[in-house]
Amino acid sequence: MQSNDTSTGRWRRRRTTLVATAVVAALILTACAGDGQAGSDDPVVVGQVAEPASLDPHVVTAVNDFRININLYDGLVQYAADSLEVEPALAVDWTISDDGTLYTFELREGVEFHDGTPFDAEVVKFNFDRMLDEDHPYHDTGPFPLAQQFYGNLAEVRVVDEQTVEFELSSPFAPFLSNLAYPTGLLISPAAVEAHGEDVGRNPVGTGPYVFSEWQSNEFVTLERNPDYWDGAPEVPGVVFRPITESQTRVNELMSGGADMIVEVPPDDVAALRDDPEFMVGEQAGPHVWFLILNLAEAPFDDVRMRKAVNMAIDKESIVNDVLQGTATVANGPIAEAFGAAYNPDLEPYPYDPDAARELIEEAGYGDGVEGTFYVTEGGSGMLDPVAMGEAMQADLRDVGIDARISTFEWNSFLNEVNAGIEGKADMAQMAWMTADPDTLPFLTLRSGAWPDEGGFNSGYYANERVDELLEAAQIEVDEDARIAMYHEMQEIVVEDAPWVFVASWKQSVAMSPRVDGFELHPSFLLRLHDLRWAD
Amino acid sequence: MRAYVVRRGLQVIPVTFGVTLLVFAMMLLIPGDPARAILGSYATPENVATLERQLALDRPPHIQYVTWLGNVVTGDFGRSYSLNRPVLDEILERFSATLLLAGTALLITVVLGLTAGIIAAVKQHRWQDRAFTVGALVGLSIPSFWLAMIFIVVFALGLGWFPTSGMRPAFGPSGPLTVLHHLVLPATALALVAAGVIARLTRSSMLEVLRQDYVRTATSKGITRQSVIMRHAFRNAVVNVVPVIGVQVGFLLGGAVYVETVFGWPGIGRMLVTAIGTRDILLVQGGVLLVAITYVLINLAADLVQAALDPRIRLG
Repeated sequence: MQSNDTSTGRWRRRRTTLVATAVVAALILTACAGDGQAGSDDPVVVGQVAEPASLDPHVVTAVNDFRININLYDGLVQYAADSLEVEPALAVDWTISDDGTLYTFELREGVEFHDGTPFDAEVVKFNFDRMLDEDHPYHDTGPFPLAQQFYGNLAEVRVVDEQTVEFELSSPFAPFLSNLAYPTGLLISPAAVEAHGEDVGRNPVGTGPYVFSEWQSNEFVTLERNPDYWDGAPEVPGVVFRPITESQTRVNELMSGGADMIVEVPPDDVAALRDDPEFMVGEQAGPHVWFLILNLAEAPFDDVRMRKAVNMAIDKESIVNDVLQGTATVANGPIAEAFGAAYNPDLEPYPYDPDAARELIEEAGYGDGVEGTFYVTEGGSGMLDPVAMGEAMQADLRDVGIDARISTFEWNSFLNEVNAGIEGKADMAQMAWMTADPDTLPFLTLRSGAWPDEGGFNSGYYANERVDELLEAAQIEVDEDARIAMYHEMQEIVVEDAPWVFVASWKQSVAMSPRVDGFELHPSFLLRLHDLRWAD
Repeated sequence: MRAYVVRRGLQVIPVTFGVTLLVFAMMLLIPGDPARAILGSYATPENVATLERQLALDRPPHIQYVTWLGNVVTGDFGRSYSLNRPVLDEILERFSATLLLAGTALLITVVLGLTAGIIAAVKQHRWQDRAFTVGALVGLSIPSFWLAMIFIVVFALGLGWFPTSGMRPAFGPSGPLTVLHHLVLPATALALVAAGVIARLTRSSMLEVLRQDYVRTATSKGITRQSVIMRHAFRNAVVNVVPVIGVQVGFLLGGAVYVETVFGWPGIGRMLVTAIGTRDILLVQGGVLLVAITYVLINLAADLVQAALDPRIRLG
């Protein structure tokens, strides 16, 4: 017994030592935590959604990476401050030949890359040849996944003189100029490509408002202000991008001061943060359309009355406001409002009118009810909250006598199933696209030449001769007003034919500390941080 | 002993080879492909075909596998197409972060598990025993990712003692202390489940040994209670615990996937989750290979330690 008591005494002493050690350790740790308040000499910390794939503008394909690149580099042209229309950047002016195949750019003088390389016509030629010419000595520093998509019909880039460069297209292609404003068209220093080869994506050199400083894998990418920026040096000393994959972790970081600004805030938190005076929320609808593809090849959606009926049976306002908590707006057709002039503002979205829907269904001969298969994805790029949205739609459809049986797929298998065409498999399928130009989505998904067996994404087999004509003509129309008129007419026809249920356009969201000032979201979903400053 | 070491050592080779084959087959079987994942909305058949050619993904699978294996043997793990850098650079960087996390968690697991188990056994049926048994059961039952979230809410957001995520501050000075500061919450969240397992096992193993005749003999010889417990009982009880600690290493490496995700820890678990999403086969292969080899080696080490402690095993 006595030995037992002694050992208890030892334990007690030891326990005291342990507790004391723990307390001291906690004190040390708390001491090095700092006060969490950012000062005006500190960089602005941005909570991003993922680790960048690369910072080589020609290699990357994700918005996540574009958000960094747009602050490191400039292109020949760029989007205007509040729209997707094109304005000068490194090119101060340009002319387009009448046949739409020759673009001549006059370049900005006196611009230098961060490594001192002067910006001139040779630089422009190097950049596009690197992407497109398989014999270019640095073509093997890719791959360049989007080059063919955006600049595939660029036949030749010619240096006219130091400040003038000509682009010759093999055929007219109206989206070319806005494709140049896309982040794939940002220009990199040829000297950096020569020095680093395929690793230039980790050693990026541009002409942009911020200069690359450090990339600590999976922890942060640090940029410093470019004091010599041609469009005025930024006010903040730098920007740090942190990859924070988990959306809840991003919100936590904002709340604890570990980030000053976070992107892609989860819908639940957007609602909460909007009401919190400690934070600011910015929202901006983007060039995004969320829709349901209807199978026009088979009954019941081979009948336009049934297609209109589902457009009226689904309560889009409720999906946008309740399911998505206001993080999207109702779409009225196949072109998103963010595209500005190309969007047809005169079209009203199909109203939510279950009675009218039931009448149309009756007329079409399905008054006794009809069954169908509804492809839903678990989640994917731009798909928002597809399962909850799918279930809300299913309930709305049941209300008007349509029994939509949901089949759920993982995103990659979903794309394989849907992109191959849904005939014989499903009657409806969810889909969402985010594009750079108003042309891309309708051209690849609504033409009869874009049926799956033709290599397109018209997975519901819509066909309308006038739509085909308009889309093909618009793609080569150089006159902007004429092109816009074609898109407007196309939207009217497509909405009348209702090959899809037009559902929503996603709003990008950022949440910020009120200490951050001078930031506006852009419809492109990019993150331009040039005018950022600390509030006083 | 040497024959045993050699025999167990040789078993490592077929196991790791099997793992690579299995992972490669699984990556082929799951739907979707890297080119489509990279191209997103622009995955037109032409774009996909061009990109697959550039990434050398248009070759038959068995050729891809054999090429990969041949390269790995010479130390070339290929280039990640989702990160555009050598796979080896990436996995070594990420793996060291995971080792730091899992290693710290292992330390906490062992210290906490053994201590709690011994105390519970020695104080059988008393409040210490009940407290540790309930504690171990709770630790065992809570998923580590949930515990991770609770830790963040309480200790990072509520009390503000620790950072919410990451491995070091995004800017400003940083050193071992700041990393340690970031390490406390994720390592503890990861360790508690495994510690519960070890504690329960240690307790039952100790109780069994404490009932043995030689323990009573030792006590009756007048040896102090502490000496009986630590030198006579524990040494025999721990033989049963060591291989389980080896298994728990696998659990910690696996559990790290969740904890790394919740805490934004730049480890290999989080890397693998992302790499599977982007169908980055080379990165998945390299990462899994490294984790598998580590797991096999640690289990080998645990077996060897056990053999060293218990002559019956190395002779049997």
